[in-house]
Amino acid sequence: MASHHTVRGYPGFLSFTLLCLFMLYAPLIIVMVYSFNDSNSISHWQGFTWRWYEDVFFGLEAAKFKIAARNSLVIASIAAIASTLIATCAAVALIRGGHFRAKTASFTLINLPLMVPEIVIAVASLIFFSAIGFKTGYATILLAHIVFCIPFAYLPIAARLQGIEDIYEKAAMDLYASRWRAFKLVLLPLMMPGMMAGFLLAFIISLDDFIITNFVKGAGIETLPTAIFGAVKQGIKPNIMAISTLMLLVSVLLVTLSHFVGRIGNKQK
Amino acid sequence: MATVIAPNSTTAESSNHSSLVGNIRDWLLMPSWLVIGLFLVMPVLMMLVYSFLTKEFRGGVIWEFSLAAYDQFFIDRGLFGDEPIKIEWTYINIFWRSFWQAGLATTFCFLIGFPTAWYIATRTGNSKHIWLFLITIPYWVNLLIRTVSLKFLIRDNGPVNDWLLTLGAISEPLSIINTNLAVQLGLFYSYLPFMVLPIYASVERYNFALSEAAADLYAGRWTILAKIVLPAVKPGIIAGCILVFVPSLGAFLAPDLLGGAKNFMIGSLIEEQFKGNAGNWPFGAAISMILLSMVLVVLTYYARSQTRRENS
Repeated sequence: MASHHTVRGYPGFLSFTLLCLFMLYAPLIIVMVYSFNDSNSISHWQGFTWRWYEDVFFGLEAAKFKIAARNSLVIASIAAIASTLIATCAAVALIRGGHFRAKTASFTLINLPLMVPEIVIAVASLIFFSAIGFKTGYATILLAHIVFCIPFAYLPIAARLQGIEDIYEKAAMDLYASRWRAFKLVLLPLMMPGMMAGFLLAFIISLDDFIITNFVKGAGIETLPTAIFGAVKQGIKPNIMAISTLMLLVSVLLVTLSHFVGRIGNKQK
Repeated sequence: MATVIAPNSTTAESSNHSSLVGNIRDWLLMPSWLVIGLFLVMPVLMMLVYSFLTKEFRGGVIWEFSLAAYDQFFIDRGLFGDEPIKIEWTYINIFWRSFWQAGLATTFCFLIGFPTAWYIATRTGNSKHIWLFLITIPYWVNLLIRTVSLKFLIRDNGPVNDWLLTLGAISEPLSIINTNLAVQLGLFYSYLPFMVLPIYASVERYNFALSEAAADLYAGRWTILAKIVLPAVKPGIIAGCILVFVPSLGAFLAPDLLGGAKNFMIGSLIEEQFKGNAGNWPFGAAISMILLSMVLVVLTYYARSQTRRENS
């Protein structure tokens, strides 16, 4: 019977898939293309130019965007490192720690930042920092980012750890390796691809965040998304499209990197 | 978000006697407990407290118990507060519009997302990975930039109108921006990948022998889809719907950038209490609490349905 093929393929599903990809990519590709448009009205195509990119790096607003970009990168790096370390500890405890009472509760707590709507986290953080008299600024952005990056770092690390049987570290300990040495020399190298993937995802998530940062950033300090949002409120200018294109490429690069790091790890096993 | 790793399905749950973790387990968990407890759980509790305080003009609160925030949300006492009380519809309507928009976005995402997920999951070898990767990329691209891109595309003097005018298909620019339609488009566009990924994961695990058995018994392919496939991949569908519905409900960027002032949703209403001119912190805290409790109801329902499934 030919039923084997007919139950998998449904007529028209390919067109839905193409439609889905078209809708996801069309706006991004059009912004990329029009960021090279040599026209001040920007919507009407008038030829190719690099000048909006020059404007981003050397124009009037260049200094503002440079500071914002540096803030974003510093915050994303620290938040990603901190959340990866915290998530690694938690993953080892939850997945190698056997059964214990607080297991489900710990698991729920780690994933809590995914369940609470972003705007609610933003409001709660602002209120909390204000109530304890913590001045909003760099530190508050950083603390808030570490919190919501933890689950994103946790997922790939936990997934990786679940795929590694405990025979390796057990063998090491049977041969009189201390627990620390068994972890450092055996389990840690095996976990590394998961930790790299977790770090990169946490980094992207922190780099992308707008809503929470906007609430807890305080007056003088801007990250790239809040600076872009502020500029967009005045109207979409060509230099914004150039910055958007650059950020888009950075995100794509990081996701691709994280994808391949994960793949290399899987091949090693 | 798509693949939540449950802690109790580990392969390495053997004897504990020479475990790597042993007695330092609690110390390893401490940092996550501390950070999330102190900087998420505490803040939410503090927000609950703030929703019962008195507002101070220009932001902040006065530490005095008050029900004014919830009163303002639900009850209309007239302009001078002396009329017989009625239900206040302004804010309930904003919630209603948000639910309606989020529900509609979820429906559209499902209608496009299900065939896409199915198509990708039934590919073989490398082409499957490429399709999946193509869906994953927009998922990680900055939401602000995606929303701005959409705004650029559909605004009155944007490329879409430019092309249509040049082609002569229209004589006046279409005004899509600042309508409910634009917000709907924005929500749909923002969260579409969130629908595809969990459904894909479910279809991936689906046993096609079930479909083949049904086909051997002369069921048509659409009957098979409706009666066999859909019930089997329901967990993925529910997960996808929640991942679209919950963030849509509290969305801020899409209504703010695409909707304009007339198409307020909960997110913009909350933001205005803290950042905008309204400056009413207890009221903003109260709206956030109401939103959070609704989301928790949805999630509890989901968790319940998952445990029922595991037990049956």
